[in-house]
Amino acid sequence: MPHQQKPVISLDSVNFSYNEMSVLENISLEVFDGEFLGIVGPNAGGKSTLLKLILGQLQPRSGKIKVLGDTPCNKRHRIGYVSQHPSFPRDFPVTVEEVVLLGRLGMHNKSWLKSLRPGRYKAADYEAVKKALTEVEAEVLLHRQIGSLSGGQLQRVLLARALVSDPQILMLDEPTANIDQRLESDIFDLLKRLNERMTILVVSHDIGFVSSYVTRIACINQTLACHHTDAIDGQVIQSLYGEDVRMIAHHH
Amino acid sequence: MHITISMDFLVALTEFSFLQYALLAGLLASVGCGVMGTYVVVKRIAFIAGGVAHSVLGGMGAAIYYGYDPHLGALLAAIASALLIGWVRLNWRAQEDTLIGALWAIGMAIGILFISRTPGYQSDLMSYLFGNILLVPKESLWFMVSLDAVLLLMVAAYHRQFLAIVFDEEFSSLRGIPVTFFYLLLLVLIAVTVVLLIQVVGLILVLALLTLPAAIAGHYVHSLGRMMLLATLIGSFVSTTGLALSYEPDLPAGPVIILLAGGLYVLSAIFRRRHE
Repeated sequence: MPHQQKPVISLDSVNFSYNEMSVLENISLEVFDGEFLGIVGPNAGGKSTLLKLILGQLQPRSGKIKVLGDTPCNKRHRIGYVSQHPSFPRDFPVTVEEVVLLGRLGMHNKSWLKSLRPGRYKAADYEAVKKALTEVEAEVLLHRQIGSLSGGQLQRVLLARALVSDPQILMLDEPTANIDQRLESDIFDLLKRLNERMTILVVSHDIGFVSSYVTRIACINQTLACHHTDAIDGQVIQSLYGEDVRMIAHHH
Repeated sequence: MHITISMDFLVALTEFSFLQYALLAGLLASVGCGVMGTYVVVKRIAFIAGGVAHSVLGGMGAAIYYGYDPHLGALLAAIASALLIGWVRLNWRAQEDTLIGALWAIGMAIGILFISRTPGYQSDLMSYLFGNILLVPKESLWFMVSLDAVLLLMVAAYHRQFLAIVFDEEFSSLRGIPVTFFYLLLLVLIAVTVVLLIQVVGLILVLALLTLPAAIAGHYVHSLGRMMLLATLIGSFVSTTGLALSYEPDLPAGPVIILLAGGLYVLSAIFRRRHE
């Protein structure tokens, strides 16, 4: 892949710690337009923290982060994000359509005053919701209650909510952690298709599985070791996890 | 027996304007309890709403002591208390329940001290605490109409943002919605509702009327808009029926309304469990 263009995301010697505990050390990483980056590593290795730094939800202790040439907070509206644990109760009285529509709020980097504009959704918003749900093959769920969905269906709906604002970058934190393993490849096939028009970062603990989909892998365990897919072998994994890990070959 | 009670009540209703005012006050309060109660129930902030409701006594007491309209005092105190409690919840999340519990009691203590220092007002304390719907004056009805108008206008204007923050605060802040602003606005509107309901059931019993109709509605409908509508209807039903049932035996209307709402909630919860 030619990398003459500017990176869409760049981290320059980023350090982050929760209180006194260091979580990420000296992370430098550039992600280019059209990449499908898999972020792997052991639990509590700092993978989710990395995404939160890129979203501007957390501030680095030192180092610089740029998203689309600007600060994370100024560009976060161009990022679609699917978190690992949905932060809402499953029995909330709301339909799929209403949930996906929420992704249409705050679509532009408006001033604070403009974000107070009252009103209703427009026809274009409803159209965008239908399109996003069709894209994730969940258009039949439009009028379903959020509480009646299976884990896999909910994941598709949350993906649609992230897509409905037409983001330039899509970031997903363990998108297949709460769903049936048989559906894992469905979700990743979908992401592969979306990758044709947007940059994707996906956090996963399953290094063997994601390596067959992504264009590049970043291994995070406090520090960063970047590898292209073909460079993942037993030795790399062992140095990353610090113990013997059995490689399971995935064939597709 | 029920029929005779309602007949007596209906006859009295055509004769006495205070009963008509009481009925209207109940219906006006039901709009607030249906609309804002729905947010309280789905966001699970009944404790926060309770803190606002009880600390309002501080403002009422101060207003009485200094010779102002106690309902104006209640409105200002409710808004101040909503902002203070919202600020506590946003900044000291770890000790949220302790601090809100403290504000709850401190507000009441201030109110009782002020009232005890105001000659001749002690007798009104009971009606602030437990409400007296039969004493609602005509001017209060206009006050309630304007509070309802404010609530409905704000919810019509910002229902998208309110849904966003009650459903998923993290996502809302990532989308650039000013979560703190809308959270505090929601609490202020809940405070306005509390003042609306104090007229009917008093500040001790407000919490039940704010949560029970919406909770019952939540058993049967599954969208915020429908919950608001159904909760308003249930609120109207319990306030009207409560008023009618309490009239003949000369019972205080507030507690009868609350017991009706509570009974309905329990029946509904049992019915729902059996049909699941």
